[in-house]
Amino acid sequence: MYRIKRKKVLNDQIILMDIKAPLIAKKAEPGQFIILRVNEAGERIPLTIADFDRDAGTVTIIFQIVGKTTKLLSEQDEGDAVLDFAGPLGMASHLAGYQKVAVVGGGLGCAIAYPQAKKLHQLGVKVDLIAGFRSKHLIILEEQMRDVCDNLIITTDDGSNGTKGFVTERLSERLEAGTKYDLVIAIGPLFMMRAVSELTRPHSIPTVVSMNPVMIDGTGMCGGCRVCVGGETKFACVDGPDFDGHLVDFDSAILRSTFYKDKEHQSFEDPGCRLRGAFDA
Amino acid sequence: MPNMSLKKVEMPQQDAKIRAHNFGEVTHGYTPQMAIEEAKRCLNCRHKPCVKGCPVAVRIPEFISLIAEGDFEGAYLKIKETNTLPAVCGRVCPQENQCERQCVRNIKGESVAIGRLERFAADYFMQNYTEETPRIQKNGKKVAVIGAGPAGLSCAGDLAKRGYDVTIFEALHCAGGVLSYGIPEFRLPKDIVKKEIEALENMGVKIALNMVIGKILSVDELLKEHGFGAVFIGTGAGLPGFMGIDGENLNGVYSANEFLTRINLMKAYRFPKSDTPVNVGKRVLVVGGGNVAMDAARCALRFKAEEVTIAYRRSEKEMPARLEEVEHAKEEGVVFMTLTNPKRILGDEKGFVTGVECVRMALGEPDASGRRRPVQVAGSEHIVPADTVVIAVGQSPNPLLVQTTDGLGVSEKGTILVNENGETSRKLVYAGGDATTGAATVILAMGAGRAAAKAIDAELSSLL
Repeated sequence: MYRIKRKKVLNDQIILMDIKAPLIAKKAEPGQFIILRVNEAGERIPLTIADFDRDAGTVTIIFQIVGKTTKLLSEQDEGDAVLDFAGPLGMASHLAGYQKVAVVGGGLGCAIAYPQAKKLHQLGVKVDLIAGFRSKHLIILEEQMRDVCDNLIITTDDGSNGTKGFVTERLSERLEAGTKYDLVIAIGPLFMMRAVSELTRPHSIPTVVSMNPVMIDGTGMCGGCRVCVGGETKFACVDGPDFDGHLVDFDSAILRSTFYKDKEHQSFEDPGCRLRGAFDA
Repeated sequence: MPNMSLKKVEMPQQDAKIRAHNFGEVTHGYTPQMAIEEAKRCLNCRHKPCVKGCPVAVRIPEFISLIAEGDFEGAYLKIKETNTLPAVCGRVCPQENQCERQCVRNIKGESVAIGRLERFAADYFMQNYTEETPRIQKNGKKVAVIGAGPAGLSCAGDLAKRGYDVTIFEALHCAGGVLSYGIPEFRLPKDIVKKEIEALENMGVKIALNMVIGKILSVDELLKEHGFGAVFIGTGAGLPGFMGIDGENLNGVYSANEFLTRINLMKAYRFPKSDTPVNVGKRVLVVGGGNVAMDAARCALRFKAEEVTIAYRRSEKEMPARLEEVEHAKEEGVVFMTLTNPKRILGDEKGFVTGVECVRMALGEPDASGRRRPVQVAGSEHIVPADTVVIAVGQSPNPLLVQTTDGLGVSEKGTILVNENGETSRKLVYAGGDATTGAATVILAMGAGRAAAKAIDAELSSLL
């Protein structure tokens, strides 16, 4: 059992938890993830490590309520525990050796972009952090992000905070204005990461995206997390989750992300499920 | 007087038409009367050829004599002297290639049903007795075992018996390895696996779950910082093989590992009561001819697939699956399309599988494995409609541990190099099972675990 030491509601859909897992906290690096299972009948889901405290022995996860497992998890409180918590999995991000980096986060993706920006900042790299949200009330981690970059640019789709528009527009403006980045990191929905990668391609700026496909074990055993990268099949769990955005086949990744849509619905509609009716989307 | 019947006593089983739609165990096992009758077929040969056929050298004639006398508890304890997992082995060992092949009764008629008797003794014991906690003198030395599959469990059991303080580190949330995630419930009930593992814990073996060694801790840390005197690697062959053909990333294409893990480990057959789903279509094509392919095909049937076909590139004679599994699959309605190989997988605009383009094969000259090499028949391409495709063309060892352990010698295929005692290129690091051989059998892995336990004991005792 892995105890929930702290729970913080970041907005009405996104929740932060610190989980006691000292051995994982000791080894965790930005870019890596954990797999958890809330209870015995539960599904194994991957969540990126949003932060870690090696002294306190805690690992921070930030998740959006998008399905049955995240809904169940959101109902756990401080002092409760999750049944299984395995990690740190995947390869750590390569963040050394850069001068100026643009970190682009979309929605929940900001929770994953944050530790990367933090590490870059610690390494003395100049960081522009472009964070996009649908609307003002969905903004998360604003203060934390501000602390780990040189420029924080917040955009909202509806203009309710920061500038109105998409992260790609903000990145594009800077590129047009002649800002030189030697790396762009894009983390968020597949459509957003594809758009950022397309934007940086003509500028030949190396662009790293973080893939988050369905997976079971997270150790290379199931192969469910296959991603086509430069014409080769890679496993996001062991080869990634970071990949070259210019080589990822986003079209197939987007199609693969739809495979269990029907089943996700069925999971909620099960008469035995006490979360029934929680999702009408 | 021995029972001179030329045939084994039949083992009751679920009718094929009924069992094809449930996850209950296919065979029911012997009753005590049946077991005694079958046990009397053993001639108790003085040279015991059967024992030589067993990778863990179970004392076969002795345990069978005890069954014949009606001492079922004694029979179980006799098996347990050399075999950590009798209820498992009685079910999944390929006895026809091992102990039963060597049986003298095999020369004229059928061999003694050693596997069925082993299973009977184990099941009878589990139902009627509880294992006493053995009084073992601890020697104060710690050994780490990586992977709670057959190799690791067997190694851990033998070391615990010798007084070692053993911790098994398992990456998944459940011990058992392939016994838990791979072999389906209808062939090996998970309650049986659980009980076998509990018996080990009863001996003092500790099992640490959710521990992905190579990530959370390295082999070197186990040795240098955590006080383990030796490490045994039994991480199996968990890396799924794909064919490298077009369309393998379409929705509806599974590796056999993923398909079986969803069903067995994550209990997708109880969905939505369990949260993990699996998508099984109406027409399922399984590619491969081993036990894993049979398991996948038979699982698909149990998900009410209307048509389940196995495509295998050689002929039935070359199939690596156990004859019993092939027969069971056929009885249940799996269609065998031999001398057929997929060329590409076809999909619709939404990215879902619609069919597989296959090509007919013919057998040419023998290849390195001694089997005749399959070659494509020109112009024989044809489309097999399917909405689910399961690729069961083999697994190789997971590279995760090797990548994070300096100085561990591996072959080109990624298997860890060991000698017959399970010694690797690193001192105090041992390995065995599928991680060293590539995908093989439960019992070979257990034999390797036993051999390594003996070597570890010899090495650590000499260090005193």
